[in-house]
Amino acid sequence: MAAPAPAPAPLLRVVAECARSRARAGELRLPHGAVPCPVFMPVGTRGTAKGVTAAQLDALGCRICLGNTYHLGTRPGPELVQRAGGLHGFMDWPHNLLTDSGGFQMVSLVALSEVTEEGVRFRSPYGDEELLLSPEKSMEIQNALGADIVMQLDDVVSSTTTGPRVEEAMRRSVRWLDRCIAANRHPERQHLFAIIQGGLDPALRTKCLEEMTRRDVPGFAIGGLSGGEEKAQFWRMVKLSTERLPRDKPRYLMGVGYATDLVVCVALGCDMFDCVFPTRTARFGSALVPWGSLQLKNKQFAKDFRPIDEDCGCPTCQGYSRAYLHALLRSDTAALHHLTVHNIAYQLQLMRSVRESILAQRFPQFVRDFMRTMYGSRDKYPAWAVEALASVRIPLD
Amino acid sequence: MRLELRGAGGGRLGALAGLGPGGGAALALPGCLLYTRTGSAPHLTRDTLRAVRGVPAVAQLTLPALAELHEVLEEYKEGAAKFIGMPDTVLYCSLQDPVAPCPSGYNTNKTVSLWGNSGRMEMTPSKFMDIQRAIKPDWFQCISDGDTVSGEVSRKRAKKSVDRSLSFLDVCLQLLEKSPELQGSVMIGAIEGGDILEERLRSARETAKRPVGGFLLDGFQGRAIAKETKLKLIASVTAELPEDKPRIIHGIGKPDEVLECIERGVDIFESFFPFQVTERGCALSFSYDYHPNPEAAVLKQNGVQDPEKNNAEKDQDGISRADPEITPFEIFLKDKRYQDDFGPLLEGCTCYCCQRHTRAYVHHLLVTNELLAGVLLMMHNFQHYFSFFSAIRDALRHNKLDQLKKLIFTQALQGPTNAKPGQKSQWHGSPHHATP
Ligand SMILES: [Zn+2]
Ligand SMILES: [Zn+2]
Repeated sequence: MAAPAPAPAPLLRVVAECARSRARAGELRLPHGAVPCPVFMPVGTRGTAKGVTAAQLDALGCRICLGNTYHLGTRPGPELVQRAGGLHGFMDWPHNLLTDSGGFQMVSLVALSEVTEEGVRFRSPYGDEELLLSPEKSMEIQNALGADIVMQLDDVVSSTTTGPRVEEAMRRSVRWLDRCIAANRHPERQHLFAIIQGGLDPALRTKCLEEMTRRDVPGFAIGGLSGGEEKAQFWRMVKLSTERLPRDKPRYLMGVGYATDLVVCVALGCDMFDCVFPTRTARFGSALVPWGSLQLKNKQFAKDFRPIDEDCGCPTCQGYSRAYLHALLRSDTAALHHLTVHNIAYQLQLMRSVRESILAQRFPQFVRDFMRTMYGSRDKYPAWAVEALASVRIPLD
Repeated sequence: MRLELRGAGGGRLGALAGLGPGGGAALALPGCLLYTRTGSAPHLTRDTLRAVRGVPAVAQLTLPALAELHEVLEEYKEGAAKFIGMPDTVLYCSLQDPVAPCPSGYNTNKTVSLWGNSGRMEMTPSKFMDIQRAIKPDWFQCISDGDTVSGEVSRKRAKKSVDRSLSFLDVCLQLLEKSPELQGSVMIGAIEGGDILEERLRSARETAKRPVGGFLLDGFQGRAIAKETKLKLIASVTAELPEDKPRIIHGIGKPDEVLECIERGVDIFESFFPFQVTERGCALSFSYDYHPNPEAAVLKQNGVQDPEKNNAEKDQDGISRADPEITPFEIFLKDKRYQDDFGPLLEGCTCYCCQRHTRAYVHHLLVTNELLAGVLLMMHNFQHYFSFFSAIRDALRHNKLDQLKKLIFTQALQGPTNAKPGQKSQWHGSPHHATP
């Protein structure tokens, strides 16, 4: 191209790459401050991270979290959020935000939805009128919410769907990407990510990657996974995607948040993750620890006066015992907040450790230590994780 | 623990000093306790509680929740303060939870019943003292028969409540002497007697003869006793009590009622009221800034009241019904009219919520049932309530209690800010109620 306009600074700055695996450490240069990656993004569905205040989330070191377009678009609605100064102002969050397109929630939450070339047609859960979520409408809502990263509307099919519907959805997602690029009114401050589709079919996914990487988008998400497919297929699709995605753009693996999945998928080359799991599981009394989880409602913790994790520096572990949390879970929601704080701290700390090990060129050793702590002995390692790690030259033994 | 009083008109201004492990803590009087559930400020973690200003030095534990942890605390050995993660907080353990209804008819000459998560627990004085030994509170209410608050109570029943409570007190005082674990703990004697003046006086005189560290005015919860009677009883009881020991009252929380009790010599209140306000989706909005012209202050803090808009109709989701308990001291944030109100919960409030968030945001959290609503409202309501007590002390110090009272009573008479007409609480709608 002749006389190009000065290219906008790339979103991702890669700081270090693992010499063996595809893992990399970097920095996302976003409008509301730099975000070290690999990064786990807590989900704040409705403009709040589940009982945790913005100040607490900030203090835990969170620099980017999620809002759901479908939820916020229906209540309180994009106009109101815009008048409140966007989602940042509405929830008073000084750091970065990412909003999804609303499509996934639509298809998974609203029974009466129908997908056509125009968009997703659905019946409003708060009234009788029929509404259409088109790529343009999704961008309009996301522009009003004002998140730093916005997602294209994609045609979502369950990862276990097979047949021509998968190809139709993939091709439609490519067309919708073009419509979203055209509709984004703030490309300079709202970075639009494409979402790679194609189900579990390597050929379709490869085709989708080919098409989408031809478009000039600031980042890519790997979609259509984490929906109940076999883990053996899951990691192969992730790897196939990261191999074909450009090195200099961020890769966001949607809906992934189990510790093992995070570590393995970082090894496969992913940079960003989100999942409701850590906060949702907290609300059921489950605390995440490096060796799995503690079901704190169980009687065995009634007289266990140790913190959840002796090595955790979070406010919960600094101030409260398992026995106290066990007792408090019976009476007040503060117990859930303690667990949510701990679980978010756990996820963020895990990613910080991953990142540090990549920077120090000892990521493979980190992975081996992580697996040993999590599973105890080699025979308990999940086969898919062993295979996936071996495929990026991290043998476990 | 020592009570320091600075003579001030209309109430007992002072402080309870020498509290806590190092004796460095003090509770300003008149004051309130920090209400807790199983030892936690409701909805709040240590961080969110720390962001609340003016948190009292003394927290209230409720025995029903702690009794269920008896075995655990016994094994823990280091006392409840450390167990609940508040090692530096002074703890007062009350017999009942002010928010949990306590069924009537289960007390006997030998036992008092408590109701916890797992049902009824029968307390004998010795069981009670065993539990206190495991809790190791700084102060604790002695086991007493306060079952006189639900409706008609006969003279005979009132007498029984006094007799039983005194006999429990004697047994517990003996046990206290023999408990090395409780040498740092102060027993608070409960004054019972229902609405029978002679019994109340007998209870006060007899309790005052015993070596208790302070007094609890029990049995004034609820609405069974007419307001005028209540106030008379309170005044008569405090007149019998020695000046140098603190007087706690249970079950009184509304700002106007608090002021009436302070005038009658009560020192310490609970803070279940801001918790109840939080639970019904409301924010405290009353003004205690008595300096300017009171009429103007009320207008300023509530905004211009449009009676047409004051009805908390159900919104389109059909979920926001105003709680009939809503008082004139609060606003119902679930009301649809707040959905695009970008002001703070209360103009001029310095709490975490008002500094960072809007009514519209809290409204959104309430209608979507997000847990953060309870957190933010609790932070605001606690801070506002604690500041109210600070304003009371300030008014006493400057001999301005009458101005503050006038301001509070003007607001009390406004009728609930959001509730429908006719939903006034019995207390405020009572014909006995009059502005002084
Ligand atoms: Zn922790
Ligand atoms: Zn406030």
